[in-house]
Amino acid sequence: MNDKVLIHVEGLQKEFAKGEVKALQNVDADIHQGEVVVVIGPSGSGKSTFLRCLNLLELPTGGSIYFNDVDITDKSVDINLHRRKMGMVFQHFNLFPHMTILGNMTLAPIKLLGKSKAEAEEKAMELLTRVGLADRANAYPSQLSGGQKQRIAIVRALCMEPDVMLFDEPTSALDPEMVGEVLEVMKELAHEGMTMVVVTHEMGFAREVGDRVIFMADGMIVEEGTPEEIFTAPKQARTKEFLAKVL
Amino acid sequence: MFEALDSLWAGLVEDFYTCFIEKNRWKYLVTGLENTLLITFFALLIGVVIGIVISIVRSTYAKNYQEMKPGFGKKVMAVANWFCGVYLTVIRGTPVVVQLMIIYYCVFVSSSNGILIGAVSFGINSGAYVAEIFRSGIMSIDNGQFEAGRSLGFNYVQTLRYIVLPQAFKNVLPSLANEFIVLLKETSVAGYVAVRDLTKGGDIIRGATYQTFMPLLAVALIYLILVMFFTRLVNILERRLRTGER
Repeated sequence: MNDKVLIHVEGLQKEFAKGEVKALQNVDADIHQGEVVVVIGPSGSGKSTFLRCLNLLELPTGGSIYFNDVDITDKSVDINLHRRKMGMVFQHFNLFPHMTILGNMTLAPIKLLGKSKAEAEEKAMELLTRVGLADRANAYPSQLSGGQKQRIAIVRALCMEPDVMLFDEPTSALDPEMVGEVLEVMKELAHEGMTMVVVTHEMGFAREVGDRVIFMADGMIVEEGTPEEIFTAPKQARTKEFLAKVL
Repeated sequence: MFEALDSLWAGLVEDFYTCFIEKNRWKYLVTGLENTLLITFFALLIGVVIGIVISIVRSTYAKNYQEMKPGFGKKVMAVANWFCGVYLTVIRGTPVVVQLMIIYYCVFVSSSNGILIGAVSFGINSGAYVAEIFRSGIMSIDNGQFEAGRSLGFNYVQTLRYIVLPQAFKNVLPSLANEFIVLLKETSVAGYVAVRDLTKGGDIIRGATYQTFMPLLAVALIYLILVMFFTRLVNILERRLRTGER
């Protein structure tokens, strides 16, 4: 980790249903280069909304998000260019069912980065080998297990060589015995110095891999600190209450 | 008793001869069938092109309009969506025969190319129904697919083209094939504007021979066989698609 702020969030607000539901209320946060930030909190706390706002899959109703010092909430910014540098992994994998694994991984590099097919496939195969799925390169998503699908989803995002990886509850839809293999890939990624923002219910992962833990509730950041601080000595009553339930 | 049956049989044979063999009248049915198939095929082609464009406009409007940046693009979108809505309402709200006559008498005034007139009329008509088929296909694709595409950096149109439409097209292929079958039967009104399709062929024979039963029965039988044949194809296609996915 160094001191460069990769994503700077300022006064972020998100309202649904014409302001009746306030999913995010004045959230401020900094994500530093090489940092692993884990966002935890009860359901409905706004943690997924927060993550999805970072690459504007959810349009904020207020506040600013600076990515590499550019305010991506500015209407004149082409968000598609910035999204290439922000990989995202979803709860339900969202692989493209009509394409092979290799097709899934090379589509964006070929069409968006102008890589040749051979070049993109070489990179994809290298990543597949790293996650132990090289033999499934020509399979279709429907032929894979949940854990395999999620590992593919991670390397698909990595094919674009992003500056940051956003994980939206990556293990919540998995059978328990498959959670480990996905977390293992994420751990490896963290050790390689990838900047990561992870929304998860895996407290073990948060504690072991996270550089910083953000606890959210009711659309606000209630408390943040090192895993040590949050898990062994939480300051806020709300944090204590939540941790008592999940630990 | 047997004599009565015999004379009935002899009568039928004679009718058959008059209707189809004499003066090579069967040729009316063959050219008619040819024209019917040509009209149906090209009409569906036109319908699919119109349908894809309209369904993209309508589903894009439904999904994105609220979040579009204000400006010229947004206005174009609103106008295009309005225009598509009018097209759907008018086409689905008026009988196809009336549309056919308008195209024949008011638009293609100087043309007597029956196949062209038929293909254009039924194509414009079918486009409205194909548009709704495609729209439901696009809407049936999980939003996660859009999000995955967008998160990789694809813009909306690229996401549609590379990710959503190929899946949607596969999903609606059986419905599209059904539309072809419906269209095949619908073109039977083309004779209204002197297009020599299959039905008109039978009608010409009826007029020439004063026989009603034989020619119309033949026409009905040919339609039935065609429809049964294509239905079978659709069923095979549907089974194929299902096993391919899972």
